Amino acid sequence: MTTCAIDKPANTEVVRAERTQSERYYRPNVDIIESTEELTVHADVPGVKADDVGISFENGTLTIHGKVNKRTPENVNYALNEYGVGDFYRTFQVSEKIDSAKISAECADGVLTLHLPKAEAARPRKIDVKTG
Amino acid sequence: MMMIRRVNEPFAGLRFRNEMDRLWSNFFGQQANGCECAGRGYPNLNVWEDGEAYIAEAEVPGIKLEDLEISVVDDELTIKGERKACGCEDVTYHRRERGVGSFSRVLHLPAEVDPEKVEATLSNGVLTIKLAKAQAVLPRKIEVTAG
Repeated sequence: MTTCAIDKPANTEVVRAERTQSERYYRPNVDIIESTEELTVHADVPGVKADDVGISFENGTLTIHGKVNKRTPENVNYALNEYGVGDFYRTFQVSEKIDSAKISAECADGVLTLHLPKAEAARPRKIDVKTG
Repeated sequence: MMMIRRVNEPFAGLRFRNEMDRLWSNFFGQQANGCECAGRGYPNLNVWEDGEAYIAEAEVPGIKLEDLEISVVDDELTIKGERKACGCEDVTYHRRERGVGSFSRVLHLPAEVDPEKVEATLSNGVLTIKLAKAQAVLPRKIEVTAG
């Protein structure tokens, strides 16, 4: 069975460092795409504004944190409650060599897109074979 | 002897219908949804009552306003839409967790709503639909005159 966007699992990953707030975090669903030039990460972070995204890349560890502002009234009596609302958090170990200075990101319609350009040395080079 | 089941919860009817929807969609394998996940169907919804209106909220990241279609008939809210796949070529997927395709979900509300007074907003991938209850189901204040 393929995973769909409807799954919004609470973070089950082992986190390296504990956070001070004991709030519930959600794990965004992602697509990670590799092309010859870069790795592209698309993450579903509904409710996150572009200003509320925190991205860090350190020692090959990519961390995504999307802050979600509370939007539902407190103590509301739900007729249907199929998902929880909270911050998004996920980390990845990136094995490819990335040119970290050129990482860029944009966030629109609740989707965060990250571009991680490969370091020159890691890009495939086409080698011309000369006929002798 | 007749069995009378007392329902105290105002939303019990909605929950029941929801269960029925789930049964049906499981029965049909959710094919129509374009989404292979068993269960409730996409998008997931949070619904609550806010005075004279119901608020339905759904997370629909990556879906543009023009790709959404919302309609209301009596007490039925229908949300249709499509999330388009990226037309990337010559790439390798390392992870593919985000579903694509078209979806449709029907929600039976606990009471009739006024189709003229439905407001939908889409902000950062969160769809909020405010549905005003129909005049007929609103509580009416009855003036008591002293005789």
